[in-house]
Amino acid sequence: MALLTETPPESPPETFYQKTERTVPVISHLFLIGWALVTTLPLVWAVLSSFKSDNEILTDPWSLPSELRWNNWARAWGEAHIGRYFLNSAIVVTGALAITMLFGAMAAYVLARYRFRGNRIVYFAFTGGMMFPVFLALVPLFFVVRNLGLLGTLPGLTLVYAAYSLPFTVFFLTAFFRTLPTSVAEAAMVDGCGHFRLFFSVMLPMARPGLVGVAIFNFLFQWNQYVLPIVLMQGEGAERKWVLAQGLTALAVNEGYRGDFSGLFAGMTIAMLPVLAAYLLFHRQFQSGLAAGQLH
Amino acid sequence: MWGKRLFIAVFLIPPLLLYGIFVVSPYAQAFQISGTDWSGLSPAYEFVGLDNFRRLLGDGYFWTALKHNGLLLVLLPVATIVAGLFFASMISVGGRADRAGVHGVRGSGFYRVVYFFPQVLSVAIIGVLWKEMYAPHTGMINGFLRGIGLDGLAVAWLGDPRFSFWCVLAVLIWMNVGFYVVLFGAAMQSIPRDLYEAALLDGASRVTTLVRITVPLLWDTIQVAWVYLAIVAIDGFAIVQIITNGGPGSSSDVVGLRLYKTAFGDGQFGYASAIGVAMFFLTLTVAVMFLRATRRERVEL
Repeated sequence: MALLTETPPESPPETFYQKTERTVPVISHLFLIGWALVTTLPLVWAVLSSFKSDNEILTDPWSLPSELRWNNWARAWGEAHIGRYFLNSAIVVTGALAITMLFGAMAAYVLARYRFRGNRIVYFAFTGGMMFPVFLALVPLFFVVRNLGLLGTLPGLTLVYAAYSLPFTVFFLTAFFRTLPTSVAEAAMVDGCGHFRLFFSVMLPMARPGLVGVAIFNFLFQWNQYVLPIVLMQGEGAERKWVLAQGLTALAVNEGYRGDFSGLFAGMTIAMLPVLAAYLLFHRQFQSGLAAGQLH
Repeated sequence: MWGKRLFIAVFLIPPLLLYGIFVVSPYAQAFQISGTDWSGLSPAYEFVGLDNFRRLLGDGYFWTALKHNGLLLVLLPVATIVAGLFFASMISVGGRADRAGVHGVRGSGFYRVVYFFPQVLSVAIIGVLWKEMYAPHTGMINGFLRGIGLDGLAVAWLGDPRFSFWCVLAVLIWMNVGFYVVLFGAAMQSIPRDLYEAALLDGASRVTTLVRITVPLLWDTIQVAWVYLAIVAIDGFAIVQIITNGGPGSSSDVVGLRLYKTAFGDGQFGYASAIGVAMFFLTLTVAVMFLRATRRERVEL
């Protein structure tokens, strides 16, 4: 990498530039393409393997599938219940995201724009939750959910996801509501607009950019949860309520015994393609949403 | 006035209830349960004071797991941040240099999009995928090694206690580097190009500009990155549980997995909560140490 230190002192600036112009970008691209391959090859490999026969997978991991075997996908979706897990994940995340955004926006709005006794205490109670590792709560949470009769149920998991998304959501949206101008709200109040209408028809639409960013962050946080579902979705009959992350790892364990490798790769591909596709469509929003989430 | 109070109450009480039941109360109870010998089966339990913590001190499995978290805590941030800065620099200033300054490489948008892929995949998918990647006969890694004639290196990666931990570390680095390339890349946009141009004209190498210009000017961002990678390192549960389940033996065990197995495998809920409390104080200590260590003057432009 010490390409430029070797430049002889008597060489004029023109050649110096010409030299770097040729070599540096080439070396940069070599490294960058190298890492791009390291990132994408495993994913491509999983997709290709989902079309192979088990025999092809066993004989040569690097071979290409001889034909597109969609029945691997059908088997993963149906027999291995990936379809059901997918649906469960979608139900839980849709519900949890709705609750998170509504409750988060409500609390953040009040904390940002209204003065009342205890405002700071409530704010720190919410945001303080970001400091604790979720593992600390795991054991008591299991019993709280069990005592409410919500263990192994989709509504139980939905409420837990929403509750654990609140600290960051409240933190982020409180800061966002503070940045919105007060003049619009004052004008609306003068016109006789009530507190509730002001929130739903004036402030929420104004806060849309912030809401979208935090919603994407929460979507990924909830869709990718692993430890909460494996702790909370146990017990009798809970397999029917499993979410994708959990179902997929169970599939990986079971398929290992049964030797249905192609089914496993198909399940993996089904699980990863929708999020990857959504990301490719909205990659700017994904990246800024996640960066905002990490940089609070 | 009542309208406003009613409004505040209606807007605050439902979120507070949800948060109080599922977040605040479990955290509070964790400290209480850690002082008991509760096994979860019966409501009966006894307070044993600090016995659980005393037991923790003599628990070899816990120390092994803690040692692995400690290693992750040092190696994961260092490797990820160095790789992230390296690739981000190549994207932002790795292109040609001319009179207009230093350019980024062509296709920088492409790299940013592709590098981010692992970030949007769930840990479960990444775990299962890499478990298959490392598989001795059907895995892509050994397939590659055999393909280039290195059959001797095609070992049972996850079945060998010498390699299992490093395999897990590699996956954690793989899944995190892309995000920090994007993050550092975005932060580097605010560094004026002519700084690099001037340094290169003075005969500095690209590596020197990275160490002397980029790192000091991105110091705040690097600190944040370190904090988040430290959180990943203290956790590490999902990837370890899926890929190796802590094994073989306890060669890749981490504290989170210890807690999970102690609670939901052995039913020792009191002891598991004590592990959770220990983890909490570990996190706190690391945070305080980090804040002490990185207090350093900011470079202002």
